[in-house]
Amino acid sequence: MNKPKVLILHANGTNRDVELGEAFELAGAVAEIKPLTTLIKEKTNWQDYQLLAVPGGFSYADTLGAGKLFALELKIYFAEQVQEFVASGKPVIGICNGFQALVKSGVLPGNTPNERNATLTFNADGQFECRWVTLAPQSKKCIWTQHLNELIYCPVAHGEGQLKLANPTFYDTLIHNDQIALRYVLPNGTLAHQKFPYNPNGSIGDIAGICNSKGNVLGLMPHPEDHVLRYQHPRWTRGEKGLLGLRLLEEGVKYAGE
Amino acid sequence: MALHRFIVSPTSQTDPHAARLLNNAKAFGFDTINEIKVDNLYFVEGDLTSIAQQRLANELLHDIICETCVVEEAATPLTPTLTLPREYTREGTGMAELQSYVIELLLRPGVTDPVAEQIIRGAELLNIRNIKHAASGQRFNIKTTQPLSNAELQHLAKRLLVNPVIHQYNLGSINQVHFPEAVPGSDEVANIPIRKLDDKALLALSQERRSALSLQEMQAIQAYYQGEERDPTDIEFETIAQTWSEHCSHKTFRAHIQYGDETIKGLLNTFIRRATNNIAAPWVASAFVDNAGIIDFDDQYQLAFKAETHNHPSAIEPFGGANTGLGGVIRDVLGVSAKPIANTDVFCFGPQDLPMSQVREGTLHPRLISLGVIAGVQDYGNKTGIPTVNGTIFYDAAYSANPLVYCGCVGLIPKNKHPRDPQLNDRVIVLGGRTGRDGLRGATFSSMTMDAQTGEVAGASVQIGDPIIAKGLIEVVTRARDLGLYTAITDCGAGGLSSAVGEMGSLIGADVDLANVPLKYPGLAPWEIWLSEAQERMLMAVPPEKVCALSELCDTYKIELTDLGHFTNNNCLVVRYQGKPVLQLNNTFLFDGMPRLHFDIPTLPTPCRSVTEIQKTATQEELESWVLTLLSHPNIASKEHVIRRYDHEIQGGTVVKPLTGVKNDGPSDACVIKPQGTSGVRGMVLSNGLNPEFGKYDPYRMAVSVIDEAVRNAVAVGANPERIAILDNFCWGDPKRPETLAALVECCRGCYDGAMHYFTPYISGKDSLNNEYVAANGQRSAIPGTLLLSALGIIEDINHAVTMDFKKAGNLIYLLGETKSEFAGSHFNLCGGNIENSVVPELPTYGPRLYHTLHAAMKQQLVRSCHDLSEGGLSVSLAEMCIGGRLGCEISLGDTNVITALFSESNGRLLVEIMPENKLAFEKLFMTNKLNTLVHYLGIVTNDAVMIVNTLERATSGSPLHSHPAELRRGDPLVALPELLISLPIEKLVRAWQTPNFGSFA
Repeated sequence: MNKPKVLILHANGTNRDVELGEAFELAGAVAEIKPLTTLIKEKTNWQDYQLLAVPGGFSYADTLGAGKLFALELKIYFAEQVQEFVASGKPVIGICNGFQALVKSGVLPGNTPNERNATLTFNADGQFECRWVTLAPQSKKCIWTQHLNELIYCPVAHGEGQLKLANPTFYDTLIHNDQIALRYVLPNGTLAHQKFPYNPNGSIGDIAGICNSKGNVLGLMPHPEDHVLRYQHPRWTRGEKGLLGLRLLEEGVKYAGE
Repeated sequence: MALHRFIVSPTSQTDPHAARLLNNAKAFGFDTINEIKVDNLYFVEGDLTSIAQQRLANELLHDIICETCVVEEAATPLTPTLTLPREYTREGTGMAELQSYVIELLLRPGVTDPVAEQIIRGAELLNIRNIKHAASGQRFNIKTTQPLSNAELQHLAKRLLVNPVIHQYNLGSINQVHFPEAVPGSDEVANIPIRKLDDKALLALSQERRSALSLQEMQAIQAYYQGEERDPTDIEFETIAQTWSEHCSHKTFRAHIQYGDETIKGLLNTFIRRATNNIAAPWVASAFVDNAGIIDFDDQYQLAFKAETHNHPSAIEPFGGANTGLGGVIRDVLGVSAKPIANTDVFCFGPQDLPMSQVREGTLHPRLISLGVIAGVQDYGNKTGIPTVNGTIFYDAAYSANPLVYCGCVGLIPKNKHPRDPQLNDRVIVLGGRTGRDGLRGATFSSMTMDAQTGEVAGASVQIGDPIIAKGLIEVVTRARDLGLYTAITDCGAGGLSSAVGEMGSLIGADVDLANVPLKYPGLAPWEIWLSEAQERMLMAVPPEKVCALSELCDTYKIELTDLGHFTNNNCLVVRYQGKPVLQLNNTFLFDGMPRLHFDIPTLPTPCRSVTEIQKTATQEELESWVLTLLSHPNIASKEHVIRRYDHEIQGGTVVKPLTGVKNDGPSDACVIKPQGTSGVRGMVLSNGLNPEFGKYDPYRMAVSVIDEAVRNAVAVGANPERIAILDNFCWGDPKRPETLAALVECCRGCYDGAMHYFTPYISGKDSLNNEYVAANGQRSAIPGTLLLSALGIIEDINHAVTMDFKKAGNLIYLLGETKSEFAGSHFNLCGGNIENSVVPELPTYGPRLYHTLHAAMKQQLVRSCHDLSEGGLSVSLAEMCIGGRLGCEISLGDTNVITALFSESNGRLLVEIMPENKLAFEKLFMTNKLNTLVHYLGIVTNDAVMIVNTLERATSGSPLHSHPAELRRGDPLVALPELLISLPIEKLVRAWQTPNFGSFA
């Protein structure tokens, strides 16, 4: 069987594209990193790809808000391609800056077209945080998390990762639609209840990742691509292992290959 | 044309940025301030319809979910004196009436404003095309319980909110913005009549142009032009001043020094390069040749390493200074065709609670300096996607006016992929940012001492970097390298194009035209274009037929490419403006014509070198209190609040992280990285050594100590001691003062001896002299002579890496090395230990053998944890290992002076943790190497969460001492009775270590 191909987008300032590519290859996909300028110039056919990934970084230096200008470019240059990818049900993932771009372009949570219901803004403590967090997969609808049966341990590295919603009722909508894909939890798996540093940014409901109502598009702040090997675990010298972020990426690749 | 003001405010009542600002305001004594709200402020010039304004606001400038945006038409321009100083409102809160004030700031014209550029670009994406200019700023809404006078508001603005070097501000709203128009530069070139000047006039000229040239140097220039029978142009004069600056030419390090009876033909050659040459390590690929030193990594790759200082710029504009300091060193690494893979940062700051009254005129408070510097490194390192993985922070009152900012960068290069051979007719290509007055005369600026006016006069020397352009350069250069698109590359650093083109062209010659250089704003004279230190620019020699391919690559990553001219083969540098030559200098004169400096100085009195055993003893209570005081000394206390600001995980290869242990908060000795894209199990190790306290007493021993520390730290995580390369970074005072230079000589001598001892070659280095502040009354204050030693090592198998956290109760704890009563410059003394007439720790003769044996033990995976002993000695290291593992320990010191045993900072010592089943194998290794006297069994790791130190082993502790080889025993348990010295719960240690206490400076 041919390996699924993942298209990894690169805007100016994207910087976790290479390790995301390596992680996807480890998960069984073929990864191609394409700068947006190249996509425009080559008139790349997005239908050649089975997965789409928007990686982390500081696209355009996070000027005017993290992911804002990346989102604008997606909306202006690639609205059709993104729309098609999302509608076709193929797996799409946005990580960190990619999540911010998907949210700010309205792809996520995507419940009402052309209306923003959520945003990612400055962490509650106002500071960039680089630390490891524990995530509990929640959504049984999200193709990236539905079959995961163990926690994920991986780092966050962001200053604008606090999920805020337009209104409190929208939180109920997300629950009702099973759109909360991942939550920050304590190491034992119980909810962080906003407690720092387990919930590193103060996100409402300890939400670390959400999916669209269809379940094929996942956005998350933490970096599963930075925990795909044993020696990346902060306590591997203590013999601790497992809870790989790789599992999440494998789910997407598996789904794309089916 | 209309000027629109967009005011963007957070809707949330709890704005963390505002909260932090308020904290700082209170810390600086503004007690009556109740609230400071911060809005983002954007100015857009252009005739915009209300629909366009709305779209700009909603789709670009603010986040509709968590911010509000108000659009205003800027009022008719008012002269500043007419601007209302405050907007007075009454708030009937039922409590005291609050006064409201507004202060607005804007970047000064000419300071890079990436936000403004993105506003225009974003607007174009939204199809809003009639925006002429944009600018960004901030608006502070301040509420106070008591009225503030204008003078107080000015004070608040200058002390806390604004940096006048880069910002302009107004008490009240800003209604007028000066936008520079983009027009070509001027062709104004002045001749400088130098041939007939007398000595006094020569010096006056040097001063007037802030060139920092001595009389002797001015005379050499004069003689050259007398021979040429013409006067220099301004651009020629400035080029010579740059090239001959301390910063670019390291003239003090090349000077001939008569040091007592000893003739030293250059510190650099005598002490630094000679070590490298004598060691002649086959794995050193390049040392002191390129922008960065290069060593072999494995069969396929090499590693480049460079560290730089950016002290003066960081003193006057901490964010921009540190930002561009890191930017510069990243470009150094890119300048040897390497992809940056790790950053390091080491800072020296003044006490963070320095009373405002002690802040020197024209300088910033150390707290603002440290906040700015850390934010600057965070911004640049994180945004360029390079993990910041190693560093330290050292505090001393002497750094208050003159902080030190060291930035280092490691890069990865495929073997033999760095070309250094520009060819005749290759194009002179500049990649990257546009040129402005940024950083003008930065090289000469950094070669001067600072005074109260420095910030004002040297404002142009400072700039803010643009890390996204740097990231784009990384993408372009690494790909261009792989495609073989260039024949030589270097970065534009200090001295700008003059240095870069000059140095690259010094091999063959070059002919360039400055009219081709794209400018940020109008009116730059040719000399300014030539010398500008605008950031994020790389220079390449590109064969004409490859320019097109390079240009395409640049388009992909949105990097500007400029063709300045071509390389020649006449050994001459010709610079033109619109075809007309403005600079014609002979390379031989420019690069070799500088008169060599000569110094004749008396030798430094020999510091105390004889060890006297101390008699001092202490009670349990005193010992415990000392341990806690040391743990919360700012130099020792946790740096987690800084480390977490840096992304140390990016690129996915951080095997040993800066923080480690059960709670990911123990202090690692060094980091281990498995570089992205390499195969196999090999990794690289980064560590550092720094101890200015030692230098205050004995600069020679400071040097050998920091070499020992850097090597020891690297070995502690698993580096092979036979494969460690080092960098020297000197920050010193004014070398024209004999005792300052003498201390530098002794320090350099230590550099040689230390490097030869451990056989660690220098591959690159840097010196920053004249780190002094001169007060208005002429009183000088210099920093303590400071040497940062950075080490780059190799670990053959990352699976053998070791971290510092205790792993398991029941494991055995050993101390390796010899402890002597060495207290000069110790942190025990800094915390009130008062041990006088002591010595700075010596270089342990056994060091190399001990480290090799320890490394062998690690390769056999006998070592469960390992931590070096440095500031605070055994007590601090032991406590840190307990903190890392959240485990207790019980050790006994034996029949020895407890103060020395616990707090002396003797070099060459480490603590290791061994599983009981590996005891014999471990001890045998050391015995085979005849090191048994250096291996001291101390006790065991426990589950009790208490750190216990006894004089002698307690019979009840159940540790396996009785099964110990006799020669490893200390003391004689049969005669003396054990005495409890320290019993401290781990949580108490954690609390002390995580709460830095600047009160300990008093």
